Amino acid sequence: MKKTDALIIGAGPTGLFTAHQLKLIGLDCEIVDNLDKIGGQCIELYPDKPIYDIPAVPECTGKELTNNLLNQLKPFDIKFHLSERVEKVKKEDNNWLVKTSGGNSFLTPNVIIAGGVGSFEPRKFSPKECEKFENKSLFYSVKDKNIFKGKTVSIFGGGDSALDWAIELSKESKVNLIHRRDEFRGAQATVDKMHALVKVGKINLFTKYQMANVHGEQMIKNIDIKHDNDEIKNLKTEYVLGFFGLIMQLGPITNWGLNLNKKTIEVDTEKFETNQKGIYAVGDICNYPGKLKLILSGFHEGALAARACFKLARPNEKYRFEFTTTSTSLLKRLGKKE
Amino acid sequence: MAKITYITSDNQTHTIEVQNGLTVMEGAVQNDIPGIDADCGGGMACATCHVYVKDDWFNKIPKKEDGEDDMLDMAFEPKTNSRLSCQIIVSDELDGLEVNIPSKQA
Repeated sequence: MKKTDALIIGAGPTGLFTAHQLKLIGLDCEIVDNLDKIGGQCIELYPDKPIYDIPAVPECTGKELTNNLLNQLKPFDIKFHLSERVEKVKKEDNNWLVKTSGGNSFLTPNVIIAGGVGSFEPRKFSPKECEKFENKSLFYSVKDKNIFKGKTVSIFGGGDSALDWAIELSKESKVNLIHRRDEFRGAQATVDKMHALVKVGKINLFTKYQMANVHGEQMIKNIDIKHDNDEIKNLKTEYVLGFFGLIMQLGPITNWGLNLNKKTIEVDTEKFETNQKGIYAVGDICNYPGKLKLILSGFHEGALAARACFKLARPNEKYRFEFTTTSTSLLKRLGKKE
Repeated sequence: MAKITYITSDNQTHTIEVQNGLTVMEGAVQNDIPGIDADCGGGMACATCHVYVKDDWFNKIPKKEDGEDDMLDMAFEPKTNSRLSCQIIVSDELDGLEVNIPSKQA
């Protein structure tokens, strides 16, 4: 069990700057994120798209913004727990007991939800039958490619993940590649390589087809794929891989007793606290009259929530407002003064 | 201004007037029409404002731009008449447009 002054859920821009604000005022914090990398939507949805409305930054990409925020956190020691989703939040006296999917538990007076539009989860196949094979013979990511050796693998999708795995697995497996249209959105060189492998019979390509059904008992035996013109084809296959990108889902947050409004959490505008004392929501996931889903609003919300955390983490101390330009204690924390 | 009809997957029909310049997605979200999530807020980055456009309208409305089909690859049950409603900008010419909302966005 880890004790910390505040636990931040979400390592997007808002979560990162909130961590900065907490550390600056002398509080500890740790960050949990379901993605395997830092940056949230900025890194997952638009790493290369320029953003033009960050104050004093005329233009930067999602990736640059993330890197700049990480640079700003350099003076501080912050522990990140990536590829972990917060599953449970439970009151324990004056603290919250938080448990993650990675087996970590935290005891903290403050939980700050900076969860964007929810945690990123893989998009799944639409036929219901696919569920029962999930993680047995149907996967949305590859953990151990050796299980596919000598088997038939049917790969669905048109992006780099689908193409890269089709090419890689075609070395030692029989590969079907199925995509809903003729065009692929992967890198051109990868698309060319895939087409070359199709030509020499290393990959069987089916375009304008989508998954219609899966058949099998414990493991998949064969699948039906359906063409745009409704024709159905049956393919013998032992494994199925789907690469349809990620979707954002609120997930377990809906069970924490918070006031939800559609996919957002209601907060006050003084502390950005939810209806549960010591649980705050900042950034895209929070809602209040006049809320703007802008990164700059997340920064402001995180700064105020951090001050609110101080009261619960240091009940016997008084928080003093200080500027980084002049305060010796802040400059010390920033490593600018001995 | 254009009258747009949104038909949900359980066949509920919602006809509303949407101002020119707004998107078909914004028309739905601002009028609380269920089934269009628009998680990314219109950035063509999430495919959760997916709609099916009736065939006769599909060819009349402005064509897809780069990237829209890439996002549609990730939509729930895409079809040949799939569009992202955040990419359809309302104008007088769209008066009478009908779109069907899929049963799920993800």
